[in-house]
Amino acid sequence: MQALGFEVLWKGKNFARLMGGLWVALRISLIAVGISLVAGVLMGALMTRKNPVVKALTRLYLETVRIMPQMVLLFLAFFGTTRWFGWNLSGETASVIVFALWGTAEMGDLVRGALESIPRHQYESAAALGLDGKQSFLYVILPQTLRRLLPQVINLVTRMIKTTSLVLMIGVVEMLKVAQQIIEANRMKVPNAAFGVYLTVLVLYFLACWPVSLLAKALEKRWS
Amino acid sequence: MGRELLRIEHLHKEFEGKTVLDDLSLTLREGEVAVIVGPSGCGKSTLLRCVNALEPVQGGSIFLDGEEIHADPRKLPQLRQKVGMVFQSYELFPHKSILDNITLAPRMVQKRGREDAEAEALALLERVGLADRAKDYPRQLSGGQKQRVAIVRSLIMHPALMLFDEVTAALDPEMVREVLDVLLDLAKQGRTMLIVTHEMQFARAVADRILFLDDGGIVEEGRPLDFFDHPKTERAQRFLNTFTFETVKE
Repeated sequence: MQALGFEVLWKGKNFARLMGGLWVALRISLIAVGISLVAGVLMGALMTRKNPVVKALTRLYLETVRIMPQMVLLFLAFFGTTRWFGWNLSGETASVIVFALWGTAEMGDLVRGALESIPRHQYESAAALGLDGKQSFLYVILPQTLRRLLPQVINLVTRMIKTTSLVLMIGVVEMLKVAQQIIEANRMKVPNAAFGVYLTVLVLYFLACWPVSLLAKALEKRWS
Repeated sequence: MGRELLRIEHLHKEFEGKTVLDDLSLTLREGEVAVIVGPSGCGKSTLLRCVNALEPVQGGSIFLDGEEIHADPRKLPQLRQKVGMVFQSYELFPHKSILDNITLAPRMVQKRGREDAEAEALALLERVGLADRAKDYPRQLSGGQKQRVAIVRSLIMHPALMLFDEVTAALDPEMVREVLDVLLDLAKQGRTMLIVTHEMQFARAVADRILFLDDGGIVEEGRPLDFFDHPKTERAQRFLNTFTFETVKE
């Protein structure tokens, strides 16, 4: 496998560093996903409110976050907060904030759509049984919503994991950054290392996202 | 017949400026079965939906057991426990098993224990011939079976009044009977019921009183035999005639 330069992975602590980079990426995405799933449900519930002020504010938030490229958001959170507020956020903290804001907006919109797709009669039959608004949401509407959401949520989660490859732009040393460092360090002796290293990165991203898909399949089977 | 359970006074209801129910008054006594018939769009279903406040009203009042229903939204969950409602489209909860569909409200709203609620649910299912389907999910049942489950789901809350909103309208003809038999059984038990239906033979059999609704008001009311055999108003006669056919062959 000389040609693809896999051997650079076994030099020194290179492979361990790559795995460390993967862990950084996963840590950022998992924390952000955790926040997004919970906040997104609340956000989605808010977005179905009839109050025009609430509607306008949530809409503004969603569109702002969705229209701006994640890279711009990262720069704003990392450099912008320092410049405007004098905050000194670490790259990782800024990344988690940006990913959580983004995930909450996207998740909120997914939840809104799913909530609105539940027939009005389901709310009514719950109400007719004497369930109050909270009980009806928790036991009747939300479980059905989550089942409908599952495929889109999995899509969002894997997108969030993969998009962590952007955080190297604000100095976070995650998997892709480590890969670049390894390739650069071996530029002269193993010029082909880019192939082997990036191929490994590809496989590692796949291994990170695949279990999420498997989990989704298992849940879908159980719920159908 | 017992004491007065439901009293509707001068009910006025409109949708976007269009009057649906106009100055409608009605009382129902405990143990009484009243069947509402009338042409489609006459406000039958709306009337039922107003009784447990699924629709806001623009005038008049509805009293259940002396308590005004539309007075305080916070009291609604409490009041609705006294009113069971069964819908045309069953509206079982698709993510829950039959047993969980039935026991959800008694456990969460009335805080009854799981064992207690499940025992009663099974007994009621037995009564409608569905005890063996307790573990199944709604999508595994036929329309008639789903509707029987929906009736059980209401009954387990021990409502003082049951509302049935065209409960057989979505069913294939051969399933209509199994659902109507359950309703007849309930009537025999002395339940208080307000039924909207298009099944005239059934209405005649089950009702203590027929209410003929047209244009948002009660045009005629009376005992079923009087109403069906000797309708007094011209509108009721015309309505009843739509259910009979002249023979076209010698």
